[in-house]
Amino acid sequence: MSKVAITGMGIISAIGNSVEENLNALLSGVSGISTIENIDTNHRNSIKVGEIKMTNLELSRLLDLPEDNNFSRTALLGLYAAKQAVKNAGIENSNEYKTGLISATSVGGMDMTERFFYDFIENEENRRYILINDAGDSSHKIADNLGINGIVTTISTACSSSANAIMLGARLIKSKQLERVIVGGTDALSKFTINGFKTLMILSDTFNTPFDNNRKGLNLGEAAAYLVLESDEIVQKEGKKVLAYVSGYGNANDAFHQTASSENGEGAFLAMEKALKLANLNPEDIDYINAHGTATQNNDLSEGRAIESVFGKNVPDFSSTKPFTGHTLAAAAAIEAVYSILALQKNIIFPNLNFKTKMEEFDLVPVTELKEKNIENVLSNSFGFGGNCSTVIFSKSK
Amino acid sequence: MKKVYINGLGNISCQKTFDSVFLEEVVVETDENVLTAKEPVYKDYILPGASRRMAKGVKNGIVASAIAMKEANVSTLDAIITGTGLGCIEDSEKFLKSIIDNKEEFLTPTSFIQSTHNTVGGQIALGLQCKAYNFTYVNGGISFESALLDAKMQLETEESETILVGGIDESADFTTNFFKIAKVIKSDNEKNSSILDQKTKGHIAGEGATFFILENKKTANTYAEIASISFVNRLDPNQIESQIESFLAENLLAVKDIDAVILGINGDVDFDKYYEAISNNLFKNTAQIYYKHLSGDYHTASSFGVWVGSKILKLQEIPEIIRLNSVVKSNYKNVLIYNQYLGKDHSFLLLKQC
Repeated sequence: MSKVAITGMGIISAIGNSVEENLNALLSGVSGISTIENIDTNHRNSIKVGEIKMTNLELSRLLDLPEDNNFSRTALLGLYAAKQAVKNAGIENSNEYKTGLISATSVGGMDMTERFFYDFIENEENRRYILINDAGDSSHKIADNLGINGIVTTISTACSSSANAIMLGARLIKSKQLERVIVGGTDALSKFTINGFKTLMILSDTFNTPFDNNRKGLNLGEAAAYLVLESDEIVQKEGKKVLAYVSGYGNANDAFHQTASSENGEGAFLAMEKALKLANLNPEDIDYINAHGTATQNNDLSEGRAIESVFGKNVPDFSSTKPFTGHTLAAAAAIEAVYSILALQKNIIFPNLNFKTKMEEFDLVPVTELKEKNIENVLSNSFGFGGNCSTVIFSKSK
Repeated sequence: MKKVYINGLGNISCQKTFDSVFLEEVVVETDENVLTAKEPVYKDYILPGASRRMAKGVKNGIVASAIAMKEANVSTLDAIITGTGLGCIEDSEKFLKSIIDNKEEFLTPTSFIQSTHNTVGGQIALGLQCKAYNFTYVNGGISFESALLDAKMQLETEESETILVGGIDESADFTTNFFKIAKVIKSDNEKNSSILDQKTKGHIAGEGATFFILENKKTANTYAEIASISFVNRLDPNQIESQIESFLAENLLAVKDIDAVILGINGDVDFDKYYEAISNNLFKNTAQIYYKHLSGDYHTASSFGVWVGSKILKLQEIPEIIRLNSVVKSNYKNVLIYNQYLGKDHSFLLLKQC
């Protein structure tokens, strides 16, 4: 078995609280990048973000959680998207099959820790948030709420995290350790990441413009998305509708620098090559690349070079959807997995908004208008700190 | 399917577990509820200039992985897979403190860069120029076991032949304080005379970096075979016995086939009950072992337990200091390791003699 069936998906991002809302925004070219409202930061007027315009209290109410819950925003967003995915897959009993949850996050409970860091010692009131700092807490909360009892784990490899969650999930299905697995990622905006990326001087003060010669950096975002992967046995037995397949994946390390990508994008090249090989596809079989395309100087050059190395003169249509959502860190690969699946289902390539000027280093020009064409295979890239490079290939359900 | 073997070990812990054989020079701390790692001579492994900028967990990870690779006589890796509960938490604290103290101004990126959970795996790859698969698991008490499971699947299917797997956690002042407030770590006035006699909440904290070279071939240095691994997010204390029995049954074994059982007992009155029934009943005729009085507890402390199990199977001896009972076997063939963290993330690991 080389392909793994995707039977459900759920998403919440700056462009919508459901798959349908996200699709509508992508089709109508409406970006979710805005001025930050939910976090009190000095940088409010010097950055733009892909923020979900709901408070934690509003999210808690939508999730029917008690008001004194100890959910981080990361956990709230994660549970919101994971519930949708499970519903979309038509799952009623979480433990009818051997089920697991593989979630990804980089922020974890930092959004609460940063609020109460000194307060924890002084004040008893918010101590319920002490033990939610570790990244596994959000996964546990999602699993408990969905009633999953089994393999529950969390991956954190910075901005490639949820691609790696999809990878592990597919591996667990193939090796028959699990029959069903919910995979994806969640990350909330936090002062910690805003200031971290600010010190690295890679935050744009305006709307991000991937693959543009005059790009000024990234916009951070927050989001969560999950896919339901199921074994062929379940799909056949229950006559499940398959949304798409995970047909290939690869992870490699750039081994160049802790936070920067090598100029020739070797790690990215290796990840794409591995994914193509596993999918048993040739480069010309890829109809669309959903690029990592963060709009930093470094990423877009490195990724572009790597794409040229893999595809030569015949680079397929590509775009980055980060002008819609911002860079949602550990959730990025999961929301872009949803967009890749939508591209396969609708035979549409979503535009790389804000692009004006071709980069001087190469001739790559992203798709800038909605483009309809038959799409059989989508390649999605995600790269993170620590040289972590991941590629997942999604293929059409026939 | 290929079998999976442990062919090299490197362990930086709160005891002298490098440059030693098997716990012959241990100190059981009775005054401190927070143990710190015994530092190796970093300059033997890392250039001093680079070392100064590195987090404690990164340095310990680099040294432990170098020791494991040397012992297994491998120089190239097909994957680097790490597990950590909190990553380089000291740098996370440092960056967060400077955000708050300086009101988001005058910040430098170094501690932010190191705060990412996959820093240790990334830095090991950078040092070795290893462009292979590189994953980091961060799920509390089964962070390390997740890394082991991932590695095991890849070795069984021959996708990889040689994998470096490690568990790393470091302690940091604020987090330690928070854990004391939350009674995860015992408070200062509760002495840890013996974790077996504790009737109080919380554990003795520790830190460490324990690395393993896993391969799908046996070598002259093989410690043990990793026959099976399983973990589950939630279990009630009364489900542990049946969970273990079914885990053993899946491996065509019965309780009597287990020669030694390694338990994660940590002196926390709320959670040691998970070990009680199996200690008093299921495994009462089995050699029982504990180790957290030596390692302290932390999210990836079970990697120390796997290190203990590997040593027992290779050396065929159990040091007195880790014995819970007096059962002695002439031959240790099958070792079961069970751990949980705060009542969650239960893991079961079966090691076999080679």
